[in-house]
Amino acid sequence: MKARWKPKPMLRQLVLILTSLAATTSTARADWGLNMPEGVTELSKETYDLHMLIFWVCVWIGVVVFGVMIYSIFAHRKSRGVTPANFSHSTMAEVLWTAVPVVILLALAVPTAKTLVRLEDSRDPDLTIVATGYQWKWHYRYQDEDMGFYSTLSLDSLEARRKQSGIDPFTVENYLLDVDNPVVVPVGKKVRLLLTSNDVLHAWWVPDLAIKKDAIPGIINETWFKAEQVGTYRGQCAELCGKDHGYMPIVVEVVDEDAYRAWVDTRKADDPQFAAR
Amino acid sequence: MSTIAAEVNDHAHDDHGPAKGIKRWLFATNHKDIGTMYLIFSFAMFLVGGLMALVIRTELFQPGLQFVHPEFFNQMTTMHALIMVFGAVMPAFVGLANWMIPMMVGAPDMALPRMNNWSFWILPVAFGILISTLWMDGGAPASGWTMYPPLVLQTGDAFPFLIFSVHLMGISSIMGAINIIVTIMNMRAPSMSLLRMPIFVWTWLITAYLLIAVMPVLAGAVTMLLTDQFFGTSFFLAAGGGDPVMFQHIFWFFGHPEVYIMILPAFGVVSEIIPTFARKPLFGRDSMIYAASCIAFLSFIVWAHHMFTVGMPLSGQLFFMFATMLIAVPTGVKVFNWVATMWKGAMTFETPMLFALAFVFLFTIGGFSGLMLAITPADIQYHDSYFVVAHFHYVLVPGSVFAIMAGVYYWLPKWTGYMYNESLGKLHFWLSTIFVNLTFFPMHFLGLAGMPRRIPDYSTQFADFNMIASVGAFGFGLSQLILIYVLLTAKKGVPATDAVWDNPEGLEWTVPSPAPFHTFDTPPEVLPPLKQEQHA
Ligand code: HEM
Ligand SMILES: [Cu+2]
Ligand SMILES: [Cu+2]
Repeated sequence: MKARWKPKPMLRQLVLILTSLAATTSTARADWGLNMPEGVTELSKETYDLHMLIFWVCVWIGVVVFGVMIYSIFAHRKSRGVTPANFSHSTMAEVLWTAVPVVILLALAVPTAKTLVRLEDSRDPDLTIVATGYQWKWHYRYQDEDMGFYSTLSLDSLEARRKQSGIDPFTVENYLLDVDNPVVVPVGKKVRLLLTSNDVLHAWWVPDLAIKKDAIPGIINETWFKAEQVGTYRGQCAELCGKDHGYMPIVVEVVDEDAYRAWVDTRKADDPQFAAR
Repeated sequence: MSTIAAEVNDHAHDDHGPAKGIKRWLFATNHKDIGTMYLIFSFAMFLVGGLMALVIRTELFQPGLQFVHPEFFNQMTTMHALIMVFGAVMPAFVGLANWMIPMMVGAPDMALPRMNNWSFWILPVAFGILISTLWMDGGAPASGWTMYPPLVLQTGDAFPFLIFSVHLMGISSIMGAINIIVTIMNMRAPSMSLLRMPIFVWTWLITAYLLIAVMPVLAGAVTMLLTDQFFGTSFFLAAGGGDPVMFQHIFWFFGHPEVYIMILPAFGVVSEIIPTFARKPLFGRDSMIYAASCIAFLSFIVWAHHMFTVGMPLSGQLFFMFATMLIAVPTGVKVFNWVATMWKGAMTFETPMLFALAFVFLFTIGGFSGLMLAITPADIQYHDSYFVVAHFHYVLVPGSVFAIMAGVYYWLPKWTGYMYNESLGKLHFWLSTIFVNLTFFPMHFLGLAGMPRRIPDYSTQFADFNMIASVGAFGFGLSQLILIYVLLTAKKGVPATDAVWDNPEGLEWTVPSPAPFHTFDTPPEVLPPLKQEQHA
């Protein structure tokens, strides 16, 4: 069997964790998967900013609280011969550390609510795709084009994922994150996604689009995205849906308008599977 | 029956000892014996659940599927969670309550000793049933501890046994909670007013009310699953006009208070320990009580923060977001009070204190990630990813579990009459703390980078952090062998004094070590002064 142990990346990663604790730069994030991706939609960037905002708020509160604690642990120890104080109340302090968090939370609530309102606004889409979850694949129907197709885990991943397949996952490109038929959408267009399921719960998650929404039998859920950048974005089912829950990835290809039209036309003409639905 | 005769004679010579042999345990009505059984049972479940976690971490050590099939992997995640939540953490706190609450309030025993026996002995039955499902057709439940339909309805023969065992656990918890409330309300030493009660007793009182409020809700939810499966109802089946999301609302109406059921007694334990080793009164004693009550109230109106992705109206999302953020305020008050208790104390760092301090640090980290999860747009990214796994393990392992361990080390000399091995205790602490962080900290990164939870295999970009987490998990598991050794040798060594520690606060330290089989047959006339009253 081939050696799967890859010491180098791991060491590099460890070093990185240590350094990145001190300084987070945007390049470090993109390359080493330590942080949430900024993504390629306006709202994914807003989400990312909110995430970083609340993260730094927590870091600073942590610095203060842990700082005081650590100082106290070193300064106020019996082995240094201190005599313990006897206070147990301070109205000032107590009012302060109730009021200050309230103010911080209010300050956080405002931008968060604003983003949330925009996230929920799926009016006036340019195109609508219905995604249906199945155990264990996705089906996509393009409402405006009268076409649809299934999207399942790509063959090379399918072979490598078998128990003790003997295939090194590191040799498989996009292991577990590749499909036979990706979703193709035009760049800069508002895509409305309607989600439902044929059997159990699933969830449609693509981190770069900052979208996660449950696919629920009997219910049609709605969400939307507008990708600003051409590229391939990968995600996975995010709601436990049975044994192959880990094996129903999502791939979204964002292409320019012409390529999109060409894709739709050839697909409809060439592939009966596509035109049928 | 001889036991009845013995009880009739009780008043004549009230120093009769425990029954002999197996009967002592089967028919136990003594709060100390029952407390011991709870603690041993929960520790056994901790080890069983821990082994399941190691199966999970073994499979996740590398990408690719090496050891188990995905269906078995899902059984492991499901059983691990059910066993840890209902079998390890909750019974451990009930065990501490049984041992300590009567001694802390100056009562001779729990108010309802026979019911106490039942609430314990139901548990081994419940978990016997649950664990036996592993060998049934279709295997153990594999739908996650949240048991969401429709998936849970695909469970094989195990399904009715899952429901039945959850019912049993619920009955056990409710009986335990009733017992605790009645004991606290009716059997306190006459001079002990409510506000004068020890904080551990307070947090348990609040917890017991939470239990009574939400365990029936869980029972209702799983009963509806049962009738959907076998009796033709469609509560949660879309095809019959039902709604799968309704289950989630009901489950989390139980589930969020449930997480506070697992942390409030932990707050209590830590609030007992820090003042002792800081040699200073607990800071803001009353505000601690108010904060715990506040948290308990808020825990009923935040449940849908587990459901931000199911498709809720905007107003609903806003409400649950704001309510969830609010919880950070009383939680913050608690943390600040602990820090203020340490401030200008004269601290020493025996094992219970080490665990309590680690609790404050690491629980706070879990609180921070909780606050991050409250931010709805960000939660849409975090939800059902390893970030959530990191969050709840931080609050539950170095949170609840560390508090339990702190409590065990703290009260062990009172139980056994001997000091445990302090150097081994410290070693246990340091190894546990290092490995718990090695296990769970990288999971934050995994989640942020996009790894979903509950998957048996993952894409290669997640390989490094998963490897680190698996190494940490094995280290943490092995470190617990030290605890086993410490507990097995706990009855040897240096005899403990009655106070055990340096001037600790509370009635339990006024009785001999080991605490005799019966304590406070008559309630204490005067209470030892609270520390804040001492020099004034
Ligand atoms: C500052 C206080 C806390 C806040 C604001 C908070 C917030 C949250 C949120 C929003 C979620 C849902 C995340 C998601 O699924 O997307 C969550 C999950 C969870 N939290 Fe907390 N939390 C807090 C404290 C705690 C405590 C004290 C515990 C238990 C000791 C706890 C245990 C859990 C568990 C077990 C889950 C995951 C349940 C599951 O999906 O299986 N949390 N928390
Ligand atoms: Cu799934
Ligand atoms: Cu919650």
